[in-house]
Amino acid sequence: MDAQTKQPDRAAIAIAVFLLVVAAVTAWDASLLQIAPTYGLGPKMMAYVVAGGMAVIAIANLALAWRGDFPGRESYDPKAIVLILGGFAGLMAIIAFGGGFIPATAVLFAATAAAFGRKAVITDLVIGAVLAFAVYLLFDKLLTLSLPAGPLERLL
Amino acid sequence: MEALSSLIHGLAIATQPINLLYALTGVLLGTAVGVLPGIGPALTVALLLPITFKLDPAGSLIMFAGIYYGGMYGGSTTSILINTPGESASMVTALEGNKMAKAGRGGPALATAAIGSFVAGTLATLGIVFLAPWLVNVAVNFGPEDYFALMCVAFVTVSATFGSSPVRGLTSLMIGLTLGLVGIDKLTGQPRLSFGIPELLDGIEVTTLAVGLFAVGEALYVASRRHHGEEKIEPVRGSLWMTGADWARSWKPWLRGTMFGFPIGALPAGGAEIPTFLSYSTERRLSKHPEEFGKGAIEGVAGPEAANNASAAGTLVPLLTLGLPTSATAAMLLAGFQQYGLNPGPLLFAEKPDLVWGLIASLFIANVMLLVLNLPLVGLWVRLLAIPTPWLYAGILVFATMGTIAAKPSVVELSMLVAFGVLGFLMRRFDYPVAPVVVGLILGPVAESQLRRALQINLGDPMVLLESPMSATLLGIALLALVAPFALKGMSRFKASED
Repeated sequence: MDAQTKQPDRAAIAIAVFLLVVAAVTAWDASLLQIAPTYGLGPKMMAYVVAGGMAVIAIANLALAWRGDFPGRESYDPKAIVLILGGFAGLMAIIAFGGGFIPATAVLFAATAAAFGRKAVITDLVIGAVLAFAVYLLFDKLLTLSLPAGPLERLL
Repeated sequence: MEALSSLIHGLAIATQPINLLYALTGVLLGTAVGVLPGIGPALTVALLLPITFKLDPAGSLIMFAGIYYGGMYGGSTTSILINTPGESASMVTALEGNKMAKAGRGGPALATAAIGSFVAGTLATLGIVFLAPWLVNVAVNFGPEDYFALMCVAFVTVSATFGSSPVRGLTSLMIGLTLGLVGIDKLTGQPRLSFGIPELLDGIEVTTLAVGLFAVGEALYVASRRHHGEEKIEPVRGSLWMTGADWARSWKPWLRGTMFGFPIGALPAGGAEIPTFLSYSTERRLSKHPEEFGKGAIEGVAGPEAANNASAAGTLVPLLTLGLPTSATAAMLLAGFQQYGLNPGPLLFAEKPDLVWGLIASLFIANVMLLVLNLPLVGLWVRLLAIPTPWLYAGILVFATMGTIAAKPSVVELSMLVAFGVLGFLMRRFDYPVAPVVVGLILGPVAESQLRRALQINLGDPMVLLESPMSATLLGIALLALVAPFALKGMSRFKASED
């Protein structure tokens, strides 16, 4: 190991701090619980145990991060992440505003394909819509699961 | 002999046409998802849970088990023909298998993997037949404190003992246990970690967590690393059939692999990686052709593949007899049982013998189906790899959201799916294992209720955990398994400094 890799790892420290916050929130939430059963332990006990365990583990992570003992990471492409998460945001917006399952899914399909390097957005939207149409017919009509319906789905 | 008569009864159930159809659907789906990169048996079962909710429990469980076995077969195809194993258990197969394929011996590599999987799967399923009733008899006498202790063993071994880093595995487990707290406490009706959000009161859906971690997380991870280059598919060249020499070099590794895989899978120790690595190093040591290792030795495919399948079958023993999942797929199978209100364990064997033995018998049938489907039709499965990656992952995400929306149609649930996806991405990027999160979410609440029941029966005296000899022993094992990796690491560091 050369000195370069043994620097404090800032991203890893952020993870450890986040885990500490999760432990604190868990303990705080448990402290708000009121009722305790007559015998044995109430719902607080497990929450405190988990919060305590998480705190210990967070500190262990912090130590590893401080010593630079996290495994090495390769470079990554943030554009791909943004595209996929954007696709999900579009899907949720369309469903929330009653646009229905098929257009929402088509947007997610095209965004994911773009994240994997496809350039033909219109073609992918069409493919996504056809796939969503087939899925909708199969699961909503045949297996009677309820998928969100918009103007397009109500025509079926 | 009681086991045999139960098995014959089970075979009568498993060979009913409708159940054969479920098994066939399962093995077809399982092989397909095993072959495809980015989607594995755990994710497939998770996606199918909301869809199968209205189907027959026995049939669905037979289908899930078929997916589990099929995924193991299909995974070996991918690791032999492309160098990217679909799951960690197939990693070792890729070492020699991909070299064989590059040398034009892909056919025999696929054949020894498929036949070895069949031999191991069949022997290990026989192991289930004889081990399960015995374990059920032991487990009947377990009190809640014993179950709690057993779950502690599973927690530690799944996350700490056999992972690459105990701290990382335990971090994943604690995340899972924290997620398991969310929702209304069953005994007192008080909400924990719900922050007044109504969707959180029912707790975290296992489906949403698994699909987020496995499908969305994997898609984000693979998409973000695309520029590192893609793997090439090796065409299957040469004869599919193994020569006499191939057979002679394969049969012993198959049997030895089974001997490694089944016991390690059956212990609540988790992970198919250990037996495959053990098998690989053993074959390498015992081989008459050690010079071929690293260049495509058939023993290095035969042994680990058998070990892989035998351990998959082995994990069904603690799952069926104790309700204890030791792998991500087993955890999803447990969720499958729970969705029908069934709780695996000794009671299930007593109350629903038809279902349990029908399921076990169907494993034999699934194995035969897989051998037939995989050997002659391997060329067909390979064509699945021709699906362009962008459409493959886009399609996976479409099915992932469909499964979540079908389970709980709300934007909050979809936001959770995306949040778990980001969690899965970060865990992959920072090298945390994902399976302990799922095991923690499913097993955490069960462990808590067992502990509280144990304390309630004994008027709140925590000494009950140490007074029951079984519980005390198991807690001792859990403690040992927790400390061992740290102690061993310290020892190896000590040795290293001596050199």
